[in-house]
Amino acid sequence: MAVINGEKDNAHNGISVLEYLSKQGKKPSQVAVMINGDILPKDKYAGTVIEENSEVEIIGFVGGG
Amino acid sequence: MQDKLVIAGHEFDSRFILGSGKFDLTLIKAAVEHAGAQIITLALRRVNSFHGNILEHIPEGVTLLPNTSGARNAEEAVKIALLAREAGCGEFIKIEVIRDSKYLLPDNYETAKACEMLANKGFIPMPYMYPELYAARDMVNAGAAAIMPLASPIGSNRGLATKEFIRILIEEIDLPIIVDAGIGRPSQACEAMEMGADAVMANTAIATAGSIVQMAQAFKNAINAGRTAYLAGLGRVLDKADASSPLTGFINDGGTK
Repeated sequence: MAVINGEKDNAHNGISVLEYLSKQGKKPSQVAVMINGDILPKDKYAGTVIEENSEVEIIGFVGGG
Repeated sequence: MQDKLVIAGHEFDSRFILGSGKFDLTLIKAAVEHAGAQIITLALRRVNSFHGNILEHIPEGVTLLPNTSGARNAEEAVKIALLAREAGCGEFIKIEVIRDSKYLLPDNYETAKACEMLANKGFIPMPYMYPELYAARDMVNAGAAAIMPLASPIGSNRGLATKEFIRILIEEIDLPIIVDAGIGRPSQACEAMEMGADAVMANTAIATAGSIVQMAQAFKNAINAGRTAYLAGLGRVLDKADASSPLTGFINDGGTK
């Protein structure tokens, strides 16, 4: 089972990172994505698929000092 | 007269850096505008669908300064900085490496290491640090673009507890000194600027004020006042009185015939 931002996730296996972001309403230009601990370059969002054992982190900006 | 804050060749008219934590997102725009801030800090975290997008609330043209909060060592700080850059935040990075959860004091050694690693990757490192001269020099040598000494613990609003040590950094370090963390009142921001600090960063003092907009403006005015006073050169301090009115030509009222 994939893990996305720490949550087990069965619903998105097989879709690309780009599709996942689009479903979540996130602009690719405003997030960073890590897959299995490595930063995924933006030009690979469309061609990278969330797989059975993927650990995905979607990172963005929040308020902070 | 041109009086710009210059960080790694980038010029700013405002000397007030605003932190964006603890705000209702809908108030950020007004806070930035009333503060006259041209730099705003941000943090990086996992984004969930219920989070609003803070970027939509920051006025155009404001420079984003992401921090590396959450990092416990230099390597983690570098990873967060790389994520910030990937998420579209440019080269400025406020390095924050903290291993102490009670007082949130920065680890100067790991911070200096992170400075060097990030400078080598083309970042503009702005280290948040405990005001200690040797550590500041290490950070300068490691490629820091500014030094951000803490006034007192993050979010405490306790003011310039480290004043005398920040004064030493102002005297000895040629980079911009930006007093960060713990500034709770406009008068404390003003005092830091009177001492010759190049800028002040504040967050909690504004975010927890009764009126965010008024406090943002009060800080802006205080920082401008302190800067102007510093440029003017403060008047001297004496132990005894020194009459401001002439001590000659007293009026004889005729009572001493």
